[in-house]
Amino acid sequence: MNSLVSFYRSSIGKKVVMSLTGLFLCLFLVEHLVGNLLLFANDGGHLYEEYSQWLVSNPVIRVIEVVLFASLFGHALSALVVWIKNRRARPVKYAKYRLDENAELASRITMLGGSVIFLFLVVHLWSFFVPLRVTGTTMTAYQLVVQKFSDPWFCAFYLFALVVLGYHLKHGFQSAFQTLGLMHKKYQWLLGLTAFVFWFVLPAGFASLPVYFYFFSPPTPSAVVLGVQ
Amino acid sequence: MQKSDFYRGTIHSLASSTIMNLTLKIWRQRNRDDAGKFATYQISNVSPDMSFLEMLDVLNVDLIKKGDEPVAFDHDCREGICGSCGLMVDGRAHGPGRGVATCQVHMRSFRDGDVVVIEPWRAGPFPVIKDLIVDRTSFDRIMQAGGYVSVKTGGAPDGNAIPISKHVSDEAFDAAACIGCGACVAACPNSSAMLFVAAKISHLALLPQGGPERKARALRMVEQMDKEGFGNCSNNYACEAECPKEISVAHIARLNREFLKAKLT
Amino acid sequence: MKLDAKIPDGPIQQKWSNHRFHLKLVNPANKRRYTILVVGTGLAGASASATLGELGYNVLAFSYHESPRRAHSIAAQGGINAPKNYSNDGDSVWRLFHDTVKGGDYRAREGNVYRLAEVSGSIIDQCVAQGVPFARDYAGYLDNRSFGGAQVARTFYARGQTGQQLLLGAYSALVRQMDAGTVKFFDRREMLDLVIIDGQARGIVARNMINGIMESYVADAVVLATGGYSNAFFLSTNAKASNATAIWRAHKKGALFGNPCFTQIHPTCIPESGHYQSKLTLMSESLRNDGRIWVSKKKGDKRPPGEIPESDRDYYLERLYPAFGNLVPRDVASRRAKEMCDQGYGVGSTGQAVHLDFSDSIKRLGRSVIQERYGNLFDMYKQITAEDPYQTPMRIYPAVHYTMGGLWVDYDLMSTIPGLYVIGEANFSDHGANRLGASALMQGLADGYFILPYTIGDYLASTKFRPVKNDHREFKKAETETERMVKKLVSINGKKTVDEFHRELGKIMWDHVGMARSRAGLKKALKLIPELKSRFWKEVKVTGTDLDLNVELEKAGRVADYFELGELMALDALHREESCGGHFREEHQTAEGEAKRNDARFSYVAAWEYRGPKKSAVLRREPLKFEYAKPSQRSYK
Repeated sequence: MNSLVSFYRSSIGKKVVMSLTGLFLCLFLVEHLVGNLLLFANDGGHLYEEYSQWLVSNPVIRVIEVVLFASLFGHALSALVVWIKNRRARPVKYAKYRLDENAELASRITMLGGSVIFLFLVVHLWSFFVPLRVTGTTMTAYQLVVQKFSDPWFCAFYLFALVVLGYHLKHGFQSAFQTLGLMHKKYQWLLGLTAFVFWFVLPAGFASLPVYFYFFSPPTPSAVVLGVQ
Repeated sequence: MQKSDFYRGTIHSLASSTIMNLTLKIWRQRNRDDAGKFATYQISNVSPDMSFLEMLDVLNVDLIKKGDEPVAFDHDCREGICGSCGLMVDGRAHGPGRGVATCQVHMRSFRDGDVVVIEPWRAGPFPVIKDLIVDRTSFDRIMQAGGYVSVKTGGAPDGNAIPISKHVSDEAFDAAACIGCGACVAACPNSSAMLFVAAKISHLALLPQGGPERKARALRMVEQMDKEGFGNCSNNYACEAECPKEISVAHIARLNREFLKAKLT
Repeated sequence: MKLDAKIPDGPIQQKWSNHRFHLKLVNPANKRRYTILVVGTGLAGASASATLGELGYNVLAFSYHESPRRAHSIAAQGGINAPKNYSNDGDSVWRLFHDTVKGGDYRAREGNVYRLAEVSGSIIDQCVAQGVPFARDYAGYLDNRSFGGAQVARTFYARGQTGQQLLLGAYSALVRQMDAGTVKFFDRREMLDLVIIDGQARGIVARNMINGIMESYVADAVVLATGGYSNAFFLSTNAKASNATAIWRAHKKGALFGNPCFTQIHPTCIPESGHYQSKLTLMSESLRNDGRIWVSKKKGDKRPPGEIPESDRDYYLERLYPAFGNLVPRDVASRRAKEMCDQGYGVGSTGQAVHLDFSDSIKRLGRSVIQERYGNLFDMYKQITAEDPYQTPMRIYPAVHYTMGGLWVDYDLMSTIPGLYVIGEANFSDHGANRLGASALMQGLADGYFILPYTIGDYLASTKFRPVKNDHREFKKAETETERMVKKLVSINGKKTVDEFHRELGKIMWDHVGMARSRAGLKKALKLIPELKSRFWKEVKVTGTDLDLNVELEKAGRVADYFELGELMALDALHREESCGGHFREEHQTAEGEAKRNDARFSYVAAWEYRGPKKSAVLRREPLKFEYAKPSQRSYK
């Protein structure tokens, strides 16, 4: 236990926690996207509803859910601790500092991006998770999606958050491998390719939902009926 | 072909005649406890062939003649190898250009009329001693925490007893080329010393001679680095971009690996 | 004073091993009771501190740098010699010994040189074990190259950064001892005086360069490892802070100065570009392997090199030395270049340079081969001059690079003051009148790792020490005197900066005590230097106070010492009525313009004794005997 504490106290330890939690959250994103793509089934949300019910009833998933929240918490908390320590490491700031000439944009805005994503998560959970799983609602998940994505401001915020997520992952995904020491010249291309899937394809996939529902898919009554249990 | 043809058409630029006038904004700080502030100086007749530090020499002569104290800055070999010099010039560690120390920057990188901002390295573990001179002994304390092979003088086997692949030896050299100037810390938004520590850990981890102590070395050096108050690495690689010896961040990955291995096994 | 070099008896091959056996040992339990001060932590000082600490002595190490890793040893490019014979080309300790004595133009001690050659192999082993990444071949074994005209490949190297890697090795050994608590390192301290009590060196007074306070440190023995004094010339390849103050102040306290006029000039440096030039940068002389040196046949020819036709070019080294051509030794190449410039054939805007031209080699071997061999040097040249050597010939000029002279030491590396040891470039010992390429690193590390740690024990074990504290009146006296000197320097408040005086001194030294020296020139220097010195003490302007970090004050103290040392260099050069190695007297040359030694009169070490500010130094001679390497005349025709 002591060694775990000392590990976390070290600068690399916290970064490793951020990497592992970050990668776990990335895996969750894959699962989440696959599930969300069921919304495209064009069956008024039937398949998506079945999938949702399976998730809720599966004890393994419930355990993973706990791990997921813990990861999110661990990732954000470590980020905060690291960020504060980093600010303290430079008590007097430069009058002129051209980090832009030395580092990519994605790497320079991780904390900002992370904060936006955190805000997004609050909105996201408040919109879907809380009514569906905590306070309870008469609407189905599908109905909620349809309803929420009819609001242009809501959609715009989603799209903005997804762009930020893309940037966050553009830096974060490869960064995690660097921190875990899993970097090698020979496999750089493979990592780059995988990273592309995560920072571009994944957010783009998520972005397709608000775009689809806002522009192309007005709710049908049959869908609403079918959705009610 | 006549030998002279070889060079035909190329202009042999002798000492250039274009002379520049610059405005310098330089950080002045009497000592560690002084708050410090910027002072503005005009300097004329700057030749593009001057090195950046020679330009400061010329400024200092002006200041002395006026009875002011010259600007204090660290420097020594002026060949880019001792690691003494290190100025933040216009927001860049070691100024414009890649793979050079401040002493290797020449005034031809600037233009007539430029305003040049010159600051010391800024980091908690590099407190300012005077003007542009900072105290980098934190680096020595990190080195002291295991940045060596514990071989006794006279106790070494023949130099050729252990063959080392040229490829590995070359990679170790790339890391060992670190001059300990602190530009990595200065350029890093987090004042992290990871590239400096990684260079030493990687150099010794690659070589068989460093093998027996590699675990303790990784743990102790990282611990000391944290204790000194350097920030955390956030992998934005500004260190690599500003390193005068262009040491790769791949060595940081190796440091992370070494540290994890040491912690977990 | 009779100089006793204490060379052990017996055949040269057994001198060192016999001597080691006869050296007294300090009881291991008692070692920590002995305090040794090591001043300077470059190659020699760091290796000595580390080794003495490891043996168990209480070591205090001092540097005017913030870290031992900044010492100028770090800038050595070429390599380090050792007769390992890994190349199977017939090298041996005997051959390295012979080459070194001959290269030094028979002005070094045979006994010392043999020992140097003997221990040099262990240096390589030690460094490899420390993790020094020497160059290796594809089989994974250490690679060697032939360097500086040597006929065998005995030079170990680490790209063009051998000095850096060796210093970092020694530094790592030093921090290991700091970690173990046996060595305490004092950064940013400049030794300003040596303290002698009862005739023994018992400590130093050092200025804390951050707050200006004079600090006294007591010890049982003091080791000076403070490097050479090339900066007496102002422009040299030495680092800006490299200085002679420690050895000079020790000299003034009674340590004899050996062969002060023996300086080495390096032929392939990047020339001055203007009045603001602060120092010179050396490029490895390996460049001469593929570069051809030339000037225009017309005086003051201002045409760009590309427009000077082949028929108008004078490849003067190839013309004068058909056999060796561009590869003649350093001193010859340097002297001829200066002659050409002095006669008005120099190139570039200053006229103080000659061309080093790679176009033939690039045509013959291809650009890629040249790039592989000299890429980093070409880059360095381009960085400094903004000219591309692939396109236009380099401009080169000789520069002062190394001083073979230094404090006189005996076989045990002890100076004429008991308990004061001098190692590395700071002593005069092993290179005679000229140092071979890749031998400086070898000597520094040999002294520090393998010689001093043995010999100093003998002194400690066989000497009685009176208990002394740093409030002893000798310490107080030294503190008062050094304080008075620094206060005087900051109070003069004249009109000229320290650097202006230093430049002026450098010009006198370069013109009259440089590559080619004449009786008239040296006499002139002996008149000009004291004049300049007295002006310095009346007209120098040092701003700020002494109780503060004050760079101008640091420089002023060093320059004050250079005046006195410069005078001694001129005096030594004037007295040595011969040419040998780096010392060339125009009056003493062969019909072909080569150095002409006078073994009958000058086969000795000239050791000078300081006799006070008003009196001239007195010459003491240590005769040199050559039993194994018989003197012969160099010829490169």
